[in-house]
Amino acid sequence: MGEPVVQVLGGATLADRSKDALAVAFVALLLGIPMVGLTTVDQGGTLQVATRWPILAAFVLAVFAGRLVLRYLADRLGERRVRRERSLTSSDQRRTAGGRRMIVRVGWLAFIGALLLPIAFSDNRYVVDTATTVLIYVMLGWGLNVVVGLAGLLDLGHVAFYAVGAYAYALLSTQFGWGFWVALPVAGLIAAGFGLIIGWPSLRLRGDYLAIVTLGFGEIIRVILINWTEFSGGPNGITSIPRPTFFGLPFKPPSDEPTFASFFGLEFSPVHRIVFLYYVILVLCVLTNVFVTRLRRLPVGRAWEAVREDEIACKALGINVTNVKLSAFVLGAMLGGVAGVFFAARQGFISPESFTFNESAIILAIVVLGGMGSQLGVVLASLVLVLLPELGRDFAEYRMLLFGTAMILIMIWKPGGILSKREPTLRHAREEGRP
Amino acid sequence: MSERQPLLAVDRLTMRFGGLTAIDDLSLDVHTGRITAVIGPNGAGKTTLFNCMTGFYKPTVGSVRLNHPQRGTLALEALASHQVARAAQVVRTFQNIRLFPKMTVLENLIVAQHNPLQEASRFSLAGLLGLPSYRRAETQAVEKAVRWLTRLGLIDKADLAAGDLPYGTQRRIEIARALCVDPILLCLDEPAAGLNPRESAELNALLQSLVRDDGLSILLIEHDMNVVMNVSDHICVLNYGRKIAEGTPEAIRTNPSVIQAYLGEEEDERYDGDKGAAR
Ligand SMILES: Nc1ncnc2c1ncn2[C@@H]1O[C@H](COP(=O)(O)OP(=O)(O)OP(=O)(O)O)[C@@H](O)[C@H]1O
Ligand SMILES: [Mg+2]
Repeated sequence: MGEPVVQVLGGATLADRSKDALAVAFVALLLGIPMVGLTTVDQGGTLQVATRWPILAAFVLAVFAGRLVLRYLADRLGERRVRRERSLTSSDQRRTAGGRRMIVRVGWLAFIGALLLPIAFSDNRYVVDTATTVLIYVMLGWGLNVVVGLAGLLDLGHVAFYAVGAYAYALLSTQFGWGFWVALPVAGLIAAGFGLIIGWPSLRLRGDYLAIVTLGFGEIIRVILINWTEFSGGPNGITSIPRPTFFGLPFKPPSDEPTFASFFGLEFSPVHRIVFLYYVILVLCVLTNVFVTRLRRLPVGRAWEAVREDEIACKALGINVTNVKLSAFVLGAMLGGVAGVFFAARQGFISPESFTFNESAIILAIVVLGGMGSQLGVVLASLVLVLLPELGRDFAEYRMLLFGTAMILIMIWKPGGILSKREPTLRHAREEGRP
Repeated sequence: MSERQPLLAVDRLTMRFGGLTAIDDLSLDVHTGRITAVIGPNGAGKTTLFNCMTGFYKPTVGSVRLNHPQRGTLALEALASHQVARAAQVVRTFQNIRLFPKMTVLENLIVAQHNPLQEASRFSLAGLLGLPSYRRAETQAVEKAVRWLTRLGLIDKADLAAGDLPYGTQRRIEIARALCVDPILLCLDEPAAGLNPRESAELNALLQSLVRDDGLSILLIEHDMNVVMNVSDHICVLNYGRKIAEGTPEAIRTNPSVIQAYLGEEEDERYDGDKGAAR
């Protein structure tokens, strides 16, 4: 069966490719005559049409050559994919087991790297700060991954729950003096409550409605935050949000009360707080990962994936699809809220500007790019999506271009996301080399 | 034929889609411990009957009563589709196979045991903590799945993604998965479609053993006359939504109006039956 496919691909001869490139070059010529070939010049106050045939020729030639190269690369990629699929159907259990062990190993390496990072870069505030940002996105990605990756629900307004968590903490701490660790679960529950309110009516409708409702909800939350000045401070946001303390010891310059630095007899340094914040989000991330990974192996988790795969089959097996979807959606909302609390505590200042649709789009891109449902994929995608714009800072105006190109390349190279292989939640055959 | 109470009684069922009457005043009894077949030309309304019985469609008129041995009489037409499987233990398969393609075969069968497992996991708390009560429930679920997989000759496929397997195998997986729900009435929509002769002979044997050894009752939609005539105790023939004949395989084989309906169909274009259930 595979034979003819390869032949068609391999059969794209130079002649075929040239013909195709010629056709494209012809289109370029047609478009190029008015756009490149002709131009107007100002000759003593009057506009005259001038011709630029050499430039047009170069343009058409460039299109021809570019198309030739592009086709060649696309064919090669296609051949590789066919070959890979072939080798997969001759499915070799040992190889997939090896791949799985490799993923586990990479995961542990990433974790150890994350643990050691602030020690290695203790004098570099920027690195630790950026790593903290990456971890916030990892946490947001893992939350949304439950909703989009596992349960297959399209949530376009995840940022709303992030905002709810952030504002819940900001208000609880500035108005009522709640501490970070007490407010954390409460704000998470408030976000979950919003998830319930939004999800309960819209999840009984067809899939597309949820996307619209969440998109709308994201905007509504932001608009409310901007306009309800007495409540949320309006566009000015909320300032001087208390930072988390180290078991009651604040990170402050020396004063009368004991501080983190004075208690441990250290010299005060602003880096302490940054490193501490980093470890706080790392702990939150680890907890989230353990929680979500375990849930995936439980009946709820399997039901999430089953609903993603075939809702009708689920109903026929006696599964209450609405409840299953709701549990995924509410859990995602809660994790988003927790990430929001951390965000507010880290920044010390929040305003509606931090919670635009753009943010939802980035989180969604992290999940899709990482490979729907893959925990490690989310980490890799967060690294790419946070670090690329950071690295791109030197190129200022080309930043978005770089970002876009990278996204396109990844999607061509790995259409299912960086890590698209699904790990079964339980298996019949015991594998050798596994407890 | 005994005059016992039927397991399932379809009473004067009508289902209309706009101007089209897919089922027209249909009454039908399904008895315990029997294989009842519903046959008829393409578009006769067979799948629609299943959809009305299992909560996917709300019938325009009529009722579907299930006399559950423990739970009394249940009105299936008033139940939501998941309640039909859960409370009434009436479980169906689909004409166009509906597996969870990316999940493994074993996982497919474990998902079918979601309700008991979810209860054992106590809103996932017992599960998250890994309490023994939950672990035991999970082990039992796997054992049940393995039992059915072995019985249907699927055990060597347990850890493979269900969607990657051949068509005939997928059909058997769907049946195995339905069996994991512990049905008292199993409704199969064209289980022999796309099977080769050897596979369909195996299917015959399986259906008979399910009734004989496991005390199931089966309602079967099928075009493959080898299957229908060999295994059915009772056959009901539909044409344009109406019941045109009913009886034993011998009686149906020689019934003139059945022959007429089937011969008439030969001239028509074959109807493509891949519609699936409503959302
Ligand atoms: N949801 C629906 N909306 C409109 N018409 C429908 C719907 N479902 C079924 N029908 C129509 O009802 C009639 C009966 O369809 P049904 O699927 O029950 O036939 P069937 O007997 O299962 O045929 P086949 O042997 O091809 O599977 C057909 O004319 C079909 O087009
Ligand atoms: Mg049908």
